[in-house]
Amino acid sequence: MKNLTPLTADIITNNLVPQKFGKRGMIWTGVLVAFCIVGAYAYFLQLKNGLGVTAMRDYVSWGIYISNFVFFVAISLVGSLITAVFRLANVKWSTPLTRIAEIIAVSAIVFASLIIVVDMGRPERLLNLFMYGRLQSPIMWDVIVITTYLFISLLLLFFPLLPDLKILIKRKDLSVKSFGKFYSFLGSFWKGTRLQEKLNKRAVNILCVTIIPVAFCIHTVTSWLFATTYRPGWDSTNFGAYFISGAFLVGAGAVIVAMYVFRKAYALERYITELHFDKMGRIVVLLALLYLYFNVNEYLIPAFKMKNSEEAHLTDLFAGTYAPLFWFAIFTGMLVPIFILLFKRGRKPLPAFIAGVLVVVGAWFKRYLIVTPTLLHPFLPMTDVPESFKHYFPTWQEWAIALGSLAGALLIITFLPGYSPSSLYRKL
Amino acid sequence: MKNNDTSRRDFLATALLAGVAAGCSSNNPFSPGDDAIKASGEMVKLLSVDGEVIEVDKAFLKPVPDMPTVTSSEERIGIAGKKFVMVIDLARCKNVQACKASCNHAHHLNPGQNWIKVHAMQEAEHTAPYWEPTTCMHCDQPPCVKVCPVDATFKREDGIVLIDSDRCIGCRFCMAACPYSTRVFNWNEPVLEKEIAEKPYSCETSMPQKIGTVSKCDFCPDMARKGELPHCVSACPNGVFFFGDMNEDSVTNGAETFRFSELVKDKAGYRLMEDLGTRPRVYYLPPVNRNFPFESGLEKDTTEKNNFK
Repeated sequence: MKNLTPLTADIITNNLVPQKFGKRGMIWTGVLVAFCIVGAYAYFLQLKNGLGVTAMRDYVSWGIYISNFVFFVAISLVGSLITAVFRLANVKWSTPLTRIAEIIAVSAIVFASLIIVVDMGRPERLLNLFMYGRLQSPIMWDVIVITTYLFISLLLLFFPLLPDLKILIKRKDLSVKSFGKFYSFLGSFWKGTRLQEKLNKRAVNILCVTIIPVAFCIHTVTSWLFATTYRPGWDSTNFGAYFISGAFLVGAGAVIVAMYVFRKAYALERYITELHFDKMGRIVVLLALLYLYFNVNEYLIPAFKMKNSEEAHLTDLFAGTYAPLFWFAIFTGMLVPIFILLFKRGRKPLPAFIAGVLVVVGAWFKRYLIVTPTLLHPFLPMTDVPESFKHYFPTWQEWAIALGSLAGALLIITFLPGYSPSSLYRKL
Repeated sequence: MKNNDTSRRDFLATALLAGVAAGCSSNNPFSPGDDAIKASGEMVKLLSVDGEVIEVDKAFLKPVPDMPTVTSSEERIGIAGKKFVMVIDLARCKNVQACKASCNHAHHLNPGQNWIKVHAMQEAEHTAPYWEPTTCMHCDQPPCVKVCPVDATFKREDGIVLIDSDRCIGCRFCMAACPYSTRVFNWNEPVLEKEIAEKPYSCETSMPQKIGTVSKCDFCPDMARKGELPHCVSACPNGVFFFGDMNEDSVTNGAETFRFSELVKDKAGYRLMEDLGTRPRVYYLPPVNRNFPFESGLEKDTTEKNNFK
């Protein structure tokens, strides 16, 4: 590293402007688009025939759409962690990661809102939420905080982008041509005067302060969708903190994954250094331990008492039909990543990337385990229903829609840096 | 109240007939008359809206479609002065399932949907098994109503919890919230006779069912308005279900009538999952001194056999 020429402003600009996709990028995009198209077709079928195309029935009335929603909300929390928490704590090294984190946050929260509409039996009545909305309902709280979070996240992405937009507007040779007008529309008012700089800095500071409570709200309220019911496995005062710690963990894991991929794809070794992997690795260990702590609270305390209603649920998770998935989620989502990242060698880019992938995959299944098994253990026995109501395995349409939404989020994460200027780095 | 309703109904019928008499089709008073009908020459006397007695040719009379007796805003308020309550006597139940069948039939439920469920219950290994029919509990602290984001499910002044299927967005939060698993979702387009499917939705009849919305036992307020008992109550051959009004302090299964407070006191009535604080309006009488042995209901046990795919 020391032998390299020092980074001048010019080199930075040249390195970080939007870059064209290589062959690999095209294949990646193609695959994602294909997933999205299949997902859109599956949703078309669902719109045509009703939610009957899913495997959800009267007992398991929430399935992978909802767990996917919880996953998206969780992962979106990282925007506030990396951007706001670190900024307010004056952590300097995280600066190159902020934009990655913000992009992940925005795309995840957009798809969280989309997937919740997919889960509705009557999506065309969405406006009823505003015409007849009841503020007493946790769903309304979720609608309010998610919208707020989306707008703050967008602003937090946009404001720091302004000085960079100016560079792109000036140097037309650097930007993707068709976007030139879009850039001027977004950023031509930015003159870079001292007053503007000052205002911008202040605005970002204010946003950083506001986004933290809002971020806590989105995930706490999402956990309350479950915790406000009586069901074993959901009826827990631990749920808000449990969800938030899990959300920070999966978000940090996702940032490591994104760091690795962007670093490789855009040759950003000089900006996203091994130091970043080392630091993020430590953070993931801390967050995984925190999440593990809440898991112990969540599962072992009811298991100590083994109330009747909890017993069926817990034994099903620990040793029953859901046991393989449960232990898979615990090991891949927490224990193995902790083990990898605890060692200095484990915090090198590649092993850290693998740990990050494990965290994210484990987290997805964890959300599924929070939503579905509980619904299969109602208080009264499952009587007078068809046999198919007593199990749940998603149909291809559900898988297609869920995977399509994940692909869509990845598509945004792929494209935003490609078309937004110096998106991976910011000087502010 | 009942009298009022009947007279109101008659009034509506008369008004409609008067409309017909004026040479209009039954639906739209402003559309031209149906030329295909020829006068039969036989006249009938009718009372017009103005109170005049008029004569109309019999051929022009058409049967009046079943008019809703109450508006949807009245349906949200409930029947004045009533506090409906149900008592289910577990000592009398032998899982005949007539309640369920009549309910399904009356509400045109599709296969796989049951608003009434008859559970085979056994509290512990060595305690006696018994049959337990469940309806909607019409809780006074209804968890489903608490969570509904659009006020599609609501609690009325007469104690009944109903659903407005024209407003329901199908989020199914109420289903997750209900500890009694009483709610049923229309996952597919309900298969209904055309005549029923075309009717406007009424919260009191809970018909016609709509795709992508939730439904459940409604305590048959449409029957109550007519002064009749809910379908399950009158269908049960063993008199398991008692329905009545807490304000009158009486419940009846059609054949026997009891003072509600005394019945619940004498037979040690209780409510399901009292500890949850939902305050159900359905009371249970414990399965003591039973009329039938538990085993006699096994032939009808749907928990294993009758599960259609």
